[in-house]
Amino acid sequence: MTVEQCVYERPAALTAAHTHYCPGCTHGIAHRLTAEVLQELDVLGRAVGVASVGCSVFIYNYIACDFVSAAHGRAPAVATGLKRVLPDRVIFTYQGDGDLASIGLAEVLHAAARGEQITVIFINNAIYGMTGGQLAPTSPVGMVTSSSPGGRDPHLAGYPVRVCELVAQMEGAAYVARRSLHDPAEIRKAKKALRTAFECQLAGRGFALVELLSTCPTNWGMTPEQSLRWIEERMLPVFPPGEFRNVAASNVQR
Amino acid sequence: MARELLKGNEAIAEAAVRAGLDAYFGYPITPQTELLEYLARRMPELGRAFVQAESEVAAINMVFGAACAGKRVMTSSSGPGMSLMQEGLSYIAGAELPAVVVDVMRGGPGLGNIAACQSDYFQVTRSAGHGDFRPLVLAPATVQEAIDLTQLAFDLAERYRMLVILLVDGNLGQMMEPAELPPFRDQGSVTAPWALSGAEGRAARLITSIYLQPEALERHNLALQAKLTVIAEREQRSAGMWLEDAELVVVAFGSAARVAQNAVEAARARGLAAGLFRPITLSPLPVRHLARLSPRARAFLVIEMNAGQMVDDVRLAIAGRAPVRFHGRMGGVELLPDEVLQAMHHTIGDIRVSGNGSRSFHREVR
Ligand SMILES: Cc1ncc(C[n+]2csc(CCOP(=O)(O)OP(=O)(O)O)c2C)c(N)n1
Repeated sequence: MTVEQCVYERPAALTAAHTHYCPGCTHGIAHRLTAEVLQELDVLGRAVGVASVGCSVFIYNYIACDFVSAAHGRAPAVATGLKRVLPDRVIFTYQGDGDLASIGLAEVLHAAARGEQITVIFINNAIYGMTGGQLAPTSPVGMVTSSSPGGRDPHLAGYPVRVCELVAQMEGAAYVARRSLHDPAEIRKAKKALRTAFECQLAGRGFALVELLSTCPTNWGMTPEQSLRWIEERMLPVFPPGEFRNVAASNVQR
Repeated sequence: MARELLKGNEAIAEAAVRAGLDAYFGYPITPQTELLEYLARRMPELGRAFVQAESEVAAINMVFGAACAGKRVMTSSSGPGMSLMQEGLSYIAGAELPAVVVDVMRGGPGLGNIAACQSDYFQVTRSAGHGDFRPLVLAPATVQEAIDLTQLAFDLAERYRMLVILLVDGNLGQMMEPAELPPFRDQGSVTAPWALSGAEGRAARLITSIYLQPEALERHNLALQAKLTVIAEREQRSAGMWLEDAELVVVAFGSAARVAQNAVEAARARGLAAGLFRPITLSPLPVRHLARLSPRARAFLVIEMNAGQMVDDVRLAIAGRAPVRFHGRMGGVELLPDEVLQAMHHTIGDIRVSGNGSRSFHREVR
């Protein structure tokens, strides 16, 4: 007699809604990992998510917890307001690179500096997805976008911003890690990083940020498969994965 | 409770605390800073939230976040900071969140100066942010009224799920006057049925201002407008003196109304049938009260510490039934009763010359 055993299913924290994301976009993977971690830590019922402005603006359709949609770049400030009046809830933001690393850089850096007890999930796809593929603060040098048609020229448009390296300077930051969503082994590490980031908030250790290198096949003008390779070839050298700060691990006293 | 000598900014801060303020977020700017400094000490003392934000942009978004949790929340600023907050104010309006913003005005444009001015009337009543919305705007004329209106601001914000701006002249924020603080209010433990708190045991909630379908966004706008209609119906507030028989009505808000009052008193002493009308709500402007005056009043004179902003709204309300004149000072230059009195005489003189003033404006003093 064969016994059927379910080894893989949609976590209840992820709604049954079909996503609006393009084929090959890794927002879906990042959503799933977030939902799994919220569920495994048993905090979905006391989580409040702060959606940002970008392709993931409708994240509240896919993760089954309370949500608010913030103005472009302001999610860490909105999360600060929420967390200060709801200190026992789990507050997280989910932001793209235009949102977090350009228009919202001040808000994320100061939330980190203050050691706000929030978790920031940062999707770095090196481009502005929602507005149709313009240069992002994280676009690698030479990257062709609709607003850098000749490729990112450092003389005109400078160099990519490395968010983890920057945030890791902040004493209030407890956990800062960069992972990638381009292959299964990295995806497993990404989930572990997300888990650590939420645990960090639950333990009251301070601000946590996880950067996830992600694809945007539509605006990169590539197939999903080419996109995964592009992360490996063009993004990993600029944005090396790793843990940039882990206060408990390094025994730094706050 | 006894009357004590209180500074405007600190009185507003303490009134907010007593109204049950749960969280304050702000950024230093003169002439508002004492409000932030006062709450920096007071809020932690009471175990309530206080954050000095990295900018007014961040401050208003912290207000937005805390308001999502159904908490009583406030920020304060002045012109340059209000300009930075406009995006956040619009999101608060779009998401129908209750929030109180205190704008202690200074002179502009640009960095301008820190002297008392009323040049942000348009900004708060007309263009507090992008999109079709108007906040409720309350304008106190004394420290006591600033205290009373601060409490009212929280009530109105919660009753209508609405942005309420307390528009304070810089001099009122800075001056000390005898005033009485209200007793502490119960902070209330019932959270609003729309507030975010985690979806344990209920369906997940969403607070947003995005409505992608034009029809859905129009419906949302119609609902916002319907709310404004109700507010315009119920919440018009004004004060006045000698209006029963006034033929020349001086209209002024905030501290300008105090100067105007001196001028009107002097005019009355000389037998001029003058009266003072002081809007307390600037949005909605008490147009109904104003319109009621126009059959008797033969002329209106609007006095402001700006180039002439509220005067536009007064003209709309009077709708050509009587001439509406203006006198104002800009840049924070002090407005004096004498020049107001002079402006009153000019107004009367003009009207006589234009031929519809054959009757005398003078009345016997009773
Ligand atoms: C104040 C403001 N400026 C500009 C925009 C337009 N806008 C919407 S999304 C976006 C970029 C989003 O890019 P990113 O954060 O990288 O997220 P992605 O869409 O790639 O997931 C911009 C510029 C806006 N909504 N608000």
